[in-house]
Amino acid sequence: MASYATDELKRVAERACSWAKKHGADAAEALVQGGAELSVKVRMGEPELVQEASSRALGLRVFRERRTALTYTSDLSDAALEKFVAESVELAKLAEPDELNELPPHDQLATAVPDLELWDDEALSIDAKAAIERCKKGEAAARGFSPKVTNSEGATYSRVVGASAFASSDGFAGGFRGTYQSLVVEPICDDADGKKRNGFWWTADRYLSKLEDAEEVGREAARRTVAKLGAEKIATGQLPVVFDPESGRALLRLLFSVISGGAIYRKSSYLLDREGTSVASKLVTIVDDPLIARGPGSRPYDGDGLASRKNTVVEAGVLKTYLLDVYSARKLGRQSNGCAGRGVGGAPHVTTSNFILQNGTTPAAEIVSSIDRGLYVTDMMGFGFNAVTGDFSRGAGGFLIENGKLGRAVTEITVSANFNDLLHDIDAVGDDLDLRSSTACPTFRVAKMMIAGK
Amino acid sequence: MAQAKLVAPFSPGGATEIDAALARKLLELSLSAGGDYADLFFEYRAGADYVYEDERVKAVGRGITLGLGVRVTKGDATGYAYCEELTWEAMAEAARTAAQIAQSGSSPSPVDIRALTIPNFYPVLVPTLEMLAPEKLELLRRGDRAARAHDKRIIKVQASFAEELKEILVVTSDGKLVRDRQPLMRFGVHAIAEDGAKRQGGSGGGGGRFGMEYFDAHPPESHGIEAARVAVAMLDAVDAPAGSMEVVLGAGDSGILLHEAIGHGLEADFNRKETSNYSGQLGKRVASELCTVVDDGTISHDRGAINTDDEGNPGRRNVLIENGILRAYMQDQLSAKHFKVEPSGNGRRQSFRHNPLPRMTNTALLAGPHEPEEIIKSVKRGVYAKRFSGGQVNISNGDFVFSLTESYLIEDGKVTAPLKGVNLIGNGPDVLTKVTMLGNDFQLSDGIWTCGKDGQSVPVGVGTPTVKIAAITVGGTKA
Repeated sequence: MASYATDELKRVAERACSWAKKHGADAAEALVQGGAELSVKVRMGEPELVQEASSRALGLRVFRERRTALTYTSDLSDAALEKFVAESVELAKLAEPDELNELPPHDQLATAVPDLELWDDEALSIDAKAAIERCKKGEAAARGFSPKVTNSEGATYSRVVGASAFASSDGFAGGFRGTYQSLVVEPICDDADGKKRNGFWWTADRYLSKLEDAEEVGREAARRTVAKLGAEKIATGQLPVVFDPESGRALLRLLFSVISGGAIYRKSSYLLDREGTSVASKLVTIVDDPLIARGPGSRPYDGDGLASRKNTVVEAGVLKTYLLDVYSARKLGRQSNGCAGRGVGGAPHVTTSNFILQNGTTPAAEIVSSIDRGLYVTDMMGFGFNAVTGDFSRGAGGFLIENGKLGRAVTEITVSANFNDLLHDIDAVGDDLDLRSSTACPTFRVAKMMIAGK
Repeated sequence: MAQAKLVAPFSPGGATEIDAALARKLLELSLSAGGDYADLFFEYRAGADYVYEDERVKAVGRGITLGLGVRVTKGDATGYAYCEELTWEAMAEAARTAAQIAQSGSSPSPVDIRALTIPNFYPVLVPTLEMLAPEKLELLRRGDRAARAHDKRIIKVQASFAEELKEILVVTSDGKLVRDRQPLMRFGVHAIAEDGAKRQGGSGGGGGRFGMEYFDAHPPESHGIEAARVAVAMLDAVDAPAGSMEVVLGAGDSGILLHEAIGHGLEADFNRKETSNYSGQLGKRVASELCTVVDDGTISHDRGAINTDDEGNPGRRNVLIENGILRAYMQDQLSAKHFKVEPSGNGRRQSFRHNPLPRMTNTALLAGPHEPEEIIKSVKRGVYAKRFSGGQVNISNGDFVFSLTESYLIEDGKVTAPLKGVNLIGNGPDVLTKVTMLGNDFQLSDGIWTCGKDGQSVPVGVGTPTVKIAAITVGGTKA
């Protein structure tokens, strides 16, 4: 069984740092993670997969004469670990010096680790058997919702619990632990033209008691899937497009990719030199907030060991700041704003925490009812974004809006626009934000996009 | 120059060698609760990566993972557990955890375990991982220099080299014991070109199950120049058209479209569950008769080649579609049992932390009768697709989307203006029936592709000749 005692992991991380110095490193950082997963899938009423395991790993970054090496291992026994650390210091000799390669300034390191309520004792009360029961309930509710639900990809319950500790040779040492669980139900319907229509619905939270009822998740999944029956292409042309919170989130991810410090110093962003200018409609305010209690993307300190802070990224359409970690900030001659993420397998890099398009003032239903003819997007597919130019084109599915109402289902089309235009063309932001995922938005509308179809 | 040979701890000569007797004890434990079948998947993976940016070696990384995955099946249900230490206690705990999928019943006792000898589709002199680093760092410098020298508008270059050496040992309760050693390397260059206010990026890269000899035929300069060429060519890109039109797919890389649009739907798990559009279609016409599609794990040194799959079944060449008729699905063990056929050598997994699934290896649409020039000439107005950044498919209905990173307009039978990034969207089964011309210029893509399914990534290869599709939706911005 894995240990979730952060103190023990912290000691391992600190030991690795002190060994690194002993073996010739100028400085070092170690991240240790320990966790356990439970994943259960039920399909057509029968268990299909039960997976349970725990694991531990350590990631190390060593600095030696401004050269760095990044290494990881899952063997944390004392003898193996000291040998691993010594080899990592040796490996750093292969890199070439970079004057920016050093630990974050001491005075920027976090001095406290706030308790963000990321751990729920009750999460562990669900064993494989209880998880199977929840899946069975969810799937049965979906299959019972309508005779049109003819098949199922099943229901999956997943839980991860884990602890993480971070130490640097400069004296920072912190740790925290967290829980997260989810249930997803995926029904399938047969369409008249022989095509199959699939859909899903899901619930997820750090706290077990906050999960939506399994049967409700199943019914909602079925409702969404049945609604897709009869989906077809629509004609090529320009239309107003409404993104629901599920599909809109993908656009927020793209925005992140062009405001991260890494993209800026690599000149891989169309938003280069755009801080302080308008990058979106005045209705758009976006924050990155790692300090939300119980938030799915919350973290008490960042991957560089800096204190977490809330950043307002876009305020009423104006780009206030890029998101920076220590390295990208140095590259740009700035100071980090605490946005580093880090896994055991790699270097710190800019990530989002809870990245949120704030609620607007238009009731979500009104966004649709005020449109004569438009497209309501619920699914997006594929990639199709050129970060350097902002050209965006993506596969989409959803519903036609006719006279203010959702009409027939639409599939096999693409929606395209230049991202700069798309963000400026947002002419309504809804009020239906929920925080089930770490990147989240309410329903919003783009005044016009190019639809490619028939 | 080479350094010491890497040996997995569980291999002969390793620190904790696993032999047939020990494996048998673990399998007995795995079946102790009444399971029908069990297998053990030992994996040792050593990997390294080097990143060259701003004309210096920016980062070097190295990592090692070691573990055992234990799978127990009872009917269609799978129990799975893994451990990261090869001590008896840890392995036995994983076996007991996986065993719990079976609640009752009697199990077969493992038959005598026999080591299988398998062919080697990727013999290398020395895996790149065992070569000293300075030689590899020099490759990055060469790729970087070539990209910069290609055009003065190139302002940023990043070159990377990633390599791994994976050793696996599969032992099954039906008596197989198979070991394999799988080298894999990938080299890539990304360049950014700037001209006034216009900026564009381009990539070049390749690799496979090669040693350093890969670079004899594919010098790093060729990838650097390719990255720079694409970035510069795209500076003049114009808005892409929107709507349904003729599309010509270039040879090689376009195989990724085939992989997504058709390949996934032919994986047996989706067909066993009848969640694929190809369910119940065996023996029926599913494509234009020009089309013969194979999945071939035996292509020498290719990125998706496997001597054995991750369930101990040998890598094979499987004809999936023959002259337009659906002949076979890609099987893993569980699905093969359901369809009462031999496993096809497609049971693959990302690592010991993952249960095996039917997966592609190297998927190819074989050559046809037409000259590539003749194909282009036949198009009045359409799109020539040359490079893709990736794609996605909805298995249950075959709808797919692909992103083009290098494409051109075809006007009156001639390739003309480069197009801004654009998507192709269509339906796999539908597109295959609309293949109206097929080139005689079959090419394998230089190994860069990684396929994701159920959260598991595995390296794959793809290949096609030049293909003409009568109608496909192009997702541009110009009506």
